[in-house]
Amino acid sequence: MELPIFYILAAIIIVSALFVVTLRNIFHSALMLILCFFGVAGLYVTLHADFLAAVQVLIYVGAVTILMIFAVMLTQQLTGRKIQQLNDQPLPAALIILSLLILLIVSITRTGFEIADNLEPMPTVGTIGKAFMTTYVLPFEIVSVVLLVALIGAIVIARRE
Amino acid sequence: MATLDHYLILSAILFCIGIFGLLTRRNAIGVLMSIELMFNSANINFIAFSKFITPEALTGQIFAVFVITVAAAEAAVGLAIVVLMYRNFDIVNVDNINFMKW
Amino acid sequence: MIEYSYIIAFLPLLSYLLIVFFFSKNNKVAHTVSITAILASFVLSVIVFFEVLANHGPHIFEYEWISMPGFELPLSLYIDPLAAVMLLVVTIVSSCVHIYSVGYMHGDPRYPRFFSFLSLFSFSMLGLVISGTFFGTFIFWELVGLTSYLLIGFWFEKKVAADAGKKAFVTTKIGDLGFLAGLLILSAAAGTFNYSEVYHLIENNQIPVIFITAAGILMFCGAIGKSAQFPLHVWLPDAMEGPTPVSALIHAATMVAAGVYLTARIMSIIVVSHSAAITIAYIGGITALLAASIGLVQNDIKRVLAYSTVSQLGYMILALGCGGYTAGTFHLMTHAFFKALLFLGAGSVIHAVHTNDIQFMGGLSKKMPITSKTFFIASLSIAGIFPLSGFWSKDEIFATILHEGHWFLLVLAVLVAGMTAFYMFRLCFLTFTGKPRDEHAYEHAHESPNTMTYPLIFLAILAVCAGWVGIPWLHHGYASFVYFHHPHHPEPNFALMIIGTIVALAGIYLAYLMYYKRAIDPVKMAERFKPVYTFLFNKWYFDELYMGTVIRFTYWFMEVLFRFDQVVIDGFVNFCGKFGLFNSRIWMTFDVYVVDGAVNGAGYITRWFAGGLRRIQSGAVQNYAFVIFLGVVLLILFRMM
Repeated sequence: MELPIFYILAAIIIVSALFVVTLRNIFHSALMLILCFFGVAGLYVTLHADFLAAVQVLIYVGAVTILMIFAVMLTQQLTGRKIQQLNDQPLPAALIILSLLILLIVSITRTGFEIADNLEPMPTVGTIGKAFMTTYVLPFEIVSVVLLVALIGAIVIARRE
Repeated sequence: MATLDHYLILSAILFCIGIFGLLTRRNAIGVLMSIELMFNSANINFIAFSKFITPEALTGQIFAVFVITVAAAEAAVGLAIVVLMYRNFDIVNVDNINFMKW
Repeated sequence: MIEYSYIIAFLPLLSYLLIVFFFSKNNKVAHTVSITAILASFVLSVIVFFEVLANHGPHIFEYEWISMPGFELPLSLYIDPLAAVMLLVVTIVSSCVHIYSVGYMHGDPRYPRFFSFLSLFSFSMLGLVISGTFFGTFIFWELVGLTSYLLIGFWFEKKVAADAGKKAFVTTKIGDLGFLAGLLILSAAAGTFNYSEVYHLIENNQIPVIFITAAGILMFCGAIGKSAQFPLHVWLPDAMEGPTPVSALIHAATMVAAGVYLTARIMSIIVVSHSAAITIAYIGGITALLAASIGLVQNDIKRVLAYSTVSQLGYMILALGCGGYTAGTFHLMTHAFFKALLFLGAGSVIHAVHTNDIQFMGGLSKKMPITSKTFFIASLSIAGIFPLSGFWSKDEIFATILHEGHWFLLVLAVLVAGMTAFYMFRLCFLTFTGKPRDEHAYEHAHESPNTMTYPLIFLAILAVCAGWVGIPWLHHGYASFVYFHHPHHPEPNFALMIIGTIVALAGIYLAYLMYYKRAIDPVKMAERFKPVYTFLFNKWYFDELYMGTVIRFTYWFMEVLFRFDQVVIDGFVNFCGKFGLFNSRIWMTFDVYVVDGAVNGAGYITRWFAGGLRRIQSGAVQNYAFVIFLGVVLLILFRMM
């Protein structure tokens, strides 16, 4: 039962991702990105990461992609501009990526991972929350500051002089 | 039953697609989107490892949260730069921004 | 106060610097500063004088100057009674001349400069007096020479003045060379420059007599140059082209006396070396006679005085050569006062009639009562008439020569005394009495302003009284203050005094007959003794002699050197130039093809590579990212192999 779901999700992710990088209309790309993110969120569910799936939807789909769409709208005319969206190196890029991909797959299949025994699903929200407030409290605080700095930085950069 | 390899290979494919976008997209926003794809592939890796190797500790999931946070910050700053670029040069094409040569 | 006596010298230097740097445009401030400085020096000199009077010293103070391992060259003060007297004389005369110059130089375009030079001279002269080392003396010796040059040529627009300055400088430099050589010999033999140490060594016979004699005669050469002694006396009469106050200060009272002062300072040497003493005495005697005889017939008022100065300096040198330390320096002091007075009086006359030639003067006593009276007093003093100062100092010299038993020199000295009396009164009668020979000049003549007459009156008092300190019946005042080793009190020799006075009176009477009564016609006298007259009038043909020998030889030698230069040196230089040019051609070829080729080749290769490499630098970020991932792929491949 799981395997077909995985393949469906995988197909959605890969196809939408391909559209994201190849579509001429950047707005359509953004829409495809949303689809891709949804697929990834589904994938998280199959991995029993319920909290992460929710975060994925909330942050990526709800915030980042919307932000992107806003940026697109601020910088482009939406209606059918047939300008070239790829630069002059798609072929070498495709070649190098293909070789990279082959190498990655080869190394993944060659590596023997120690798979844990207990693969039963379990609620994660409580554990993650505790971990943030205890073991990972320092990175947690730092990442909060990073976010704040990024926020202020974005405002400062984009502000009209 | 989907194994760890399935997830890793999927993540590798997604990562490569992201790289392809990064290398070929002329539009700066497109480049940013490609980067988001790569972030996502990394997250898939994290969570897959978390699920298959350390199911109790959830370390991978916690790192995924951090990655998402950084990605959000990156997106905010990156888009701000894009907007600024558009305002100053009237373009958002990265290959036109080639001041980095002599 | 004595230990600070260098302040006496440095006050005029300060004044010089102030005028040069701050007041070079302001006449009034310039002369105020200059006069204030010299008067302050005068006051300090008086204090020092009384301190030395209480304690004869010598007071020696050393200051470190050049100090190297194995070589010490200190500067030091050497204040003994002679230095104290000299300080007093120099500051008095200098003060008078400063004040006099306010009137005399009035309206001169370079008025402040004149005062700055006067200050510089005062500094140099005072430094010369108080210096305690031969080396320091030499430095100040050259400095007074420099200021003398500057002041003789003060009116350098006149070619004669500029030439006279040059002549004075070059001529005295010949003597200075001797001084320097003597100084070096002495220091090499004694190992020190300090007066006191050198004296000590000489008195203890620690220096070979041959060195002492050589050093003594060579140093005396310096004195010959500076004090215008035979055979280097030719510059002093020409130096009269300078402003008259300068003549009074430098070329009569002080600088030319520096030679006498130096001779007195090397008295230790003269005492030890008999041959040096005789040489000095005879040079002094010859100079006295020579200059006096020339002075008899000159017509330029200042030149007569200049020859008189040379002659009187000869007297001093003569006295010193006979070992008369006291007599020589005593005459130096009295002479400074009456000769300064004579020059300033002459300046006053020139100021009034605008000519130097006594043939165009006459009868000026009515117009210029103060000038004429003071001039007469000074003339009586220099002639040696009782009881003026000249009488006492001249008598002291006669007594010294007699004591040494140089009969020939004594006769010569007495003869010169008579000649001195004659030419001085010839000058007086021609200038101040009789009928005016130039009505126009006479009409415009007038007494000089107060700034000029007051110094005259003051110096006249000194010309009368300064000699009284040396009256034999008054405890030998001067002789028991300024002496060499031991005070020497010869018994007053009445016969000598009477002879001196008679000779002087005879000279005056002859002048009276010739130029006042006109009982003897001077022109007829000149006609009768025409060869002698011409010979004297042309100053024994010394200038012509030097022109014909030394200077012609110099010119000839110059010509030879010029030819040598042209043919040999220039030839060599030109050959070197041509060879260099030829050589450089070869190297140029090498440079162009080899060196430049290498350099250009390197540049070309670099450029060629760069042309290829720069294509990689597209500036597009994505190209760079591409390369990064290419690198990643290669890395992984490499890792997996």
